[in-house]
Amino acid sequence: MTHVLAAGGGGTNLDPIYGQVAFWILAVLAVCAAVAMICVRQAVHCALLLAVVMLSLALMYAMQGAPFLAAVQVIVYTGAVLMLFLFVMMLIGVSSADSLVETIRGQRLWAGIGGAAFLVLLIVGIGHAALGTAHVPTLANNYGNLTGLATLIFTTYVFPFEATSALLITAALGAMVLAHRERTAPKLTQRDIARRKVASGQVAPEPPPGVYALHNAVDMPALLPDGSTTDRSVSRAVSQRDLDLGRDPQRNVVSDLAAEDRIEAERQIEAAARGREEQ
Amino acid sequence: MSPAAYVFLSVILFIIGGVGVLVRRNAIVIFMCVELMLNACNLAFVAFARMHGNLDGQVVAFFVMVVAAAEVVVGLAILMAIYRARKSASVDDANLLKY
Repeated sequence: MTHVLAAGGGGTNLDPIYGQVAFWILAVLAVCAAVAMICVRQAVHCALLLAVVMLSLALMYAMQGAPFLAAVQVIVYTGAVLMLFLFVMMLIGVSSADSLVETIRGQRLWAGIGGAAFLVLLIVGIGHAALGTAHVPTLANNYGNLTGLATLIFTTYVFPFEATSALLITAALGAMVLAHRERTAPKLTQRDIARRKVASGQVAPEPPPGVYALHNAVDMPALLPDGSTTDRSVSRAVSQRDLDLGRDPQRNVVSDLAAEDRIEAERQIEAAARGREEQ
Repeated sequence: MSPAAYVFLSVILFIIGGVGVLVRRNAIVIFMCVELMLNACNLAFVAFARMHGNLDGQVVAFFVMVVAAAEVVVGLAILMAIYRARKSASVDDANLLKY
């Protein structure tokens, strides 16, 4: 890695055969991850596969004598941008899987055909263009990749660089404005919350789950002081999971009650026997 | 590896990203596909920089990264606003201008 990072400039001082092997491994990895990314249903899986693509691209930058861009790729893209994606995904709901129904008929087919046509167009076009081989690094690279980049950014590209700062500030302001929510109702005070709680009829906190003697599980409905059970103590996610797995916690309750009856009957028989002995 | 191979790889990744934008319905995934396209462009820029032996292509790739970061920030904020209004991240549900 130090060799790769020290390479700098236009070329790379990797042994050509290592460069080729690394390129083919990374290229196959990146393309497979990208194809899988547009095929999997879960958005979180998409994000993870995109991370694979971005990391392999970062390695390719390092192999091509762009160590600074490789570091920025890992820090900015894989670190910041993907983390932002994951944050928004958690806010919106991880369960938001894509539906597999096509709303426009033949959309996937035509998208595939269009993509293939564009691919052929670009490959043929680039294939006809005279793409040279790697050039020997020129003047700008004599002081290493980082110094050369800094020189370019702060001399030739200084105005685009300043425009970029304006763009970043505008983006931050825009995000603040867009994410800001207008308050439509007055803010609740502590007094309001207390009043609402008393009015709702339940002052005490929600009953905890799993209060049966034989089953201490979160999917068991709680036993209220009046002897009835309540579903309010069971989280909706837990009951949904029970439903998915085909489990029925109420069945256990029935068997528990039957067991209780049996125990009670045995206890009575025992007491009766003891009474007989005493006589 | 010659820079041309990197350019062809970037073409393939760009096309995959474009097809993803066309076929997916979840707005977040569409955004990720756009990011993939931008990354593919960056790879081409770096390959061109190596081909020409100067660093201008790397500077352009750097600027693309900055613009992509700004784009993601604003785009995800818009997505949150849409989600708040319509309770869905699917692009099919943002159809108020349709009729």
